[in-house]
Amino acid sequence: MANAETASADATPILELQGIGKEFGAIRALHDVDLQVRPGEVIGLMGDNGAGKSTLVKIIAGNFRPTHGEIRFGGNAVHFNRPIDARAVGIEVVYQDLALADNLTAAANVFLGRELKRKFGPIALLDHKAMASRALELFGELRSETRPDDLVKQMSGGQRQAVAIARTRLSNARLVMMDEPTAAISVRQVEQVLGLIHRLKEQGVAVMLISHRMPDVFAVCDRVVVMRRGEKRADKPIHQTSPEEVTALITGAKEAA
Amino acid sequence: MAMPLESPITFSNVGKSKWWQRGIFASQTGYVLLALAVLLVIMHFASPYFFTEGNMQNVAKNFSFVAIATLGVTFVIITGGIDLSVGSMMCFSAIITSMVMTELSTPGGFGASLFVHMAADGKTVVANIPGLILLVSVLAGLLVALLVGLVNGFCIAMLGLSPFVTTLGMLSIVRGLCYVVTNGRGSFPGGPDADYFYALTSGDVFGLPVPFIYLVILALTMAVVLHHTSFGRHVFALGGNEKAAELTGIPVVRVKIEVYVICALAAGLQGIIISGWLGSAPANMATSYELNVIAAAVIGGANLAGGIGGPLGAIVGCVLLEVIRNGLVLAQVSSYWQQALVGVIIILAVLVDRIRSRMI
Ligand SMILES: Nc1ncnc2c1ncn2[C@@H]1O[C@H](COP(=O)(O)OP(=O)(O)O)[C@@H](O)[C@H]1O
Ligand SMILES: [Mg+2]
Repeated sequence: MANAETASADATPILELQGIGKEFGAIRALHDVDLQVRPGEVIGLMGDNGAGKSTLVKIIAGNFRPTHGEIRFGGNAVHFNRPIDARAVGIEVVYQDLALADNLTAAANVFLGRELKRKFGPIALLDHKAMASRALELFGELRSETRPDDLVKQMSGGQRQAVAIARTRLSNARLVMMDEPTAAISVRQVEQVLGLIHRLKEQGVAVMLISHRMPDVFAVCDRVVVMRRGEKRADKPIHQTSPEEVTALITGAKEAA
Repeated sequence: MAMPLESPITFSNVGKSKWWQRGIFASQTGYVLLALAVLLVIMHFASPYFFTEGNMQNVAKNFSFVAIATLGVTFVIITGGIDLSVGSMMCFSAIITSMVMTELSTPGGFGASLFVHMAADGKTVVANIPGLILLVSVLAGLLVALLVGLVNGFCIAMLGLSPFVTTLGMLSIVRGLCYVVTNGRGSFPGGPDADYFYALTSGDVFGLPVPFIYLVILALTMAVVLHHTSFGRHVFALGGNEKAAELTGIPVVRVKIEVYVICALAAGLQGIIISGWLGSAPANMATSYELNVIAAAVIGGANLAGGIGGPLGAIVGCVLLEVIRNGLVLAQVSSYWQQALVGVIIILAVLVDRIRSRMI
């Protein structure tokens, strides 16, 4: 663990935020947030409701434009107008409700919006075989027992997570942000999801995990960032803090660390 | 921590679902098809006349008269929408087709000089190029359907109006236009191409009614489009989870507009075919057909909540309704009862589906 950390500390950040601020009319949702994320690093983003976590994720994902500040990705300044712009450079979001179509198969969901096709003269037909075998490969990389041809409707919460995460692997994302992935699933499935995050890390992908669950954050994250009232109050390596301290920071019992 | 990626994944805790729990066997379409088969056997024993060639042709022709429109509306239903304007659209396209055909065939009519001339006897109208008038008038009928479909799609996809309300309004608008453009009298196909028109809409090929042949071709095309193209995939995704479709970058607005246009074109074509069989396009033609069309789609397994449906289901629904209607006629049951029975079948089909999905 310690080795991995020194290695990633040397690497150049994949994502750098400088002085990010966001106002919605009179509401100041974010104020002067600086953040650096390195390849293969797992960041836990914590904070009370309304602290600004989702707004921060949405700014990085291109849903909102920041009112102040600068975003650098892979060393270059970036300006996203739409989520597609962020996806194009390698930023993917696994949404809380996972954004899966229940009536389609796992493979169909993985490839939704970027289907593999084969040309037959002027018409392009879906290449079911290629999509199924690529999806099986991705599920294999994630160590998830998920069949490409099964309908998502019949799947467990953990398998659904695997499908959503496999989508991000398809595009070779370099930063994956997950908003509350373990909120609505069973304990055994939480294990699976944390396993999936480990797989992403192994492959050099940076992960930002928004979670209210302290055990999850302490199980997989290298670093924890605490937000409160739109400001970053703490940014610490996980082994230099404790659930008690983080809780105090979230509630405001402790102002900053 | 790191596991060897080469080791094959095993499916220890997730059993593969059995064949009867998957695909058509687990669908409403599957058991409605079964019900249809049982019904056909019963009909065979109940009436010696049922399986005669004449009656079979009759059944094939009658269900083909609604099935093409049912294919179209099934696209819309899969996306989670609805189109109540199909009945009016059938009539409007038929009226425009007949009007254009007649106008272009009347010497002195608008643009007619390009298409027809008088024969030497001074009485017979002769087409300059046989079949051209028919082609132009059918295209005109489909063009108005396309425009109405575009307006439906625009209001629903771009303005965000509810499909039910938009197409309910359109039902009324288009029916009104049918009366306005013909002064309430409807229109009649005419001119030198009228015989081609009748042959192509109500003729037979190798003993098969032509509408049935169109239906089979269109249904096969639809199956390929739905299951083997990105467009079809996006249609299903839209019905399954519209927000997900949007987030994954599917052009949701465009797909929505496209399904309403497809539906309108199918209804227009259906109307043109019906008017060929009727020999006229009265302004009240196909009134309330939207109910038959939607009923057939739903009985065949299309789910009004979106995400489920297909050409086989659409056809099975239409056949089932027609066989029942035909059976009631053969049994000399009053036609007033037919309407009531259709309603019972709709509710039964959906009810059985509900019970079945609870059991699995
Ligand atoms: N689209 C928006 N319009 C106006 N205010 C917003 C919008 N999104 C978020 N906010 C406000 O910004 C603040 C931060 O919200 P959010 O980022 O959702 O917090 P969190 O995800 O940490 O619970 C809240 O006060 C919220 O009301
Ligand atoms: Mg939030």
